[in-house]
Amino acid sequence: MSVYIQLAYLLAAFLFALGLKLMSSPETARWGNLASAGAMFLTVVVTLLHTEVVEYQWILLGVLVGSAIGSLAATRLQLTEMPELVALFNGFGGGASLLVGWEAYHRQPVQDPLGAVTILLAVVIGGVTFSGSLVAWGKLKEIGWRSFRLSRPLLFPGQQSINFLLLAFLCLGGVVYGLDSPESQTLFLVLMALAFLLGVMVVAPIGGADMPVVISLLNSYSGLAACAAGFVIFNNILIVAGALVGASGLILTNIMCKAMNRSLTNVLFSGFGAAAGKTRKGTGGDPRPISAKDAYFILEAARSVVFVPGYGLAVAQAQHGVMELGELLEDNGCEVRYAVHPVAGRMPGHMNVLLAEANVSYDLLVEMEDVNPTMETVDVCVVIGANDVVNPAARDDSESPIYGMPIIEVDRARVVIVLKRSMAAGFAGIENPLFYKDNTRMLFGDAKSSLHSVLGEFK
Amino acid sequence: MSGDLIFLMFILMLAVFLGLELISKVPATLHTPLMSGSNAISGITLVGALLAAGAADNTPLSIGLGTAAVTLATINVVGGYLVTQRMLGMFKKKRGGRQ
Repeated sequence: MSVYIQLAYLLAAFLFALGLKLMSSPETARWGNLASAGAMFLTVVVTLLHTEVVEYQWILLGVLVGSAIGSLAATRLQLTEMPELVALFNGFGGGASLLVGWEAYHRQPVQDPLGAVTILLAVVIGGVTFSGSLVAWGKLKEIGWRSFRLSRPLLFPGQQSINFLLLAFLCLGGVVYGLDSPESQTLFLVLMALAFLLGVMVVAPIGGADMPVVISLLNSYSGLAACAAGFVIFNNILIVAGALVGASGLILTNIMCKAMNRSLTNVLFSGFGAAAGKTRKGTGGDPRPISAKDAYFILEAARSVVFVPGYGLAVAQAQHGVMELGELLEDNGCEVRYAVHPVAGRMPGHMNVLLAEANVSYDLLVEMEDVNPTMETVDVCVVIGANDVVNPAARDDSESPIYGMPIIEVDRARVVIVLKRSMAAGFAGIENPLFYKDNTRMLFGDAKSSLHSVLGEFK
Repeated sequence: MSGDLIFLMFILMLAVFLGLELISKVPATLHTPLMSGSNAISGITLVGALLAAGAADNTPLSIGLGTAAVTLATINVVGGYLVTQRMLGMFKKKRGGRQ
């Protein structure tokens, strides 16, 4: 490889790292993304000048088709479909790494053990990422047939033993393959199929509300797959970029797990949503329903309001209503903030993007740790489509399945208004004592229309 | 060959540490753009795909695999960066603030 290509890769590696560095603030993040995109463009262009690249027609075809699909999907889709889109793109990245590994195997089936193992790693990690991301996409898309819903945890007896056997067989097959590197394709193809199966099996038991963890983890895998592909073709830029992505996914996974007070193994293997059948009756008392007019009077008198959005906000598409209400309250001389729990929604930062789309100024978005200490001074907390992330049982009830999970402590505010469809329990089927507290008022109905009724009262 | 491998492992180790350091500084507000942006970076495997699809004397299977890899990786890269830019464009701070 010529020294110029290597120097260009060096510059690209610098730009990738710089791009991530600039992501540390919303003010510079756009430049960060541009730096990263520039690095990618540079890498692709110099790779095309590589002496081993002689045929351009197939590359042209792939690039044209890929660019068309990618840009259409990225510009046409609604932003509420972002989690699905990210999952799908992620799967494609993993799929590409798998294909690169497969092609390397096809080109030269007999390898030294190291070469064989790196090819297999690219194929297996890429395969798990690909099929796992597709299942995640289906879950986020709420694909279903009759009573079957893919978004529900899919559990059956012996599942963990089967997963373990799959993994053991993959490792064993990998060792056999690495030592022997047979010319026969059978073992290679079997191992590839097992990787696909493993991806499906790992993601299938995971419930909708655990998706932020899975998406982050798959994101990490796609980076590792690129890394492995880098070892296959001995290319340092793939390794640097892949490692950056792998680290990014790892950190996000860790943050998501911490925000749920669960370990990664617990998320991956327990099928939380289905397992938590034990519900306890609330702390007594009846919920206090209010009308939009009552909500208006409460909000009109408030000096400090905190909105707490959850996945229900995304489902009801209520983000614009929230923004409008927030602006009216600000005009009314009230301090308005938006408190976002790390796992609210279906992917990391989901709520922030939704609120940003509705033109909520990003300096009003506050994190859980920052808002909790100020809760006593908050007049009204408006909970919109969030349930488990504001459930005080996580703090008070040591028997609750979510005990220990950090929550946004809305119940410590003077008044809590909960916008909710009905009294049905949250995703985990856990009773929420918040709804029965003295300072809680329930505004039943679709979040979007409830907000519009309250807005109507203001005007 | 094994010297090269060790060298690449050095790169891997340092890059992982760099990534962990850089990304732990990203605020929660930007977690979605971070994820879709880093997702686009994982499309770097496009380099491998280009080398595979552009090689001389390819068999039909190699051409198929290489072209499919180029297509998938390009979707990942182009779509990922565009959607990230679109999202980041929405993160605005109101100037002066409202009354």
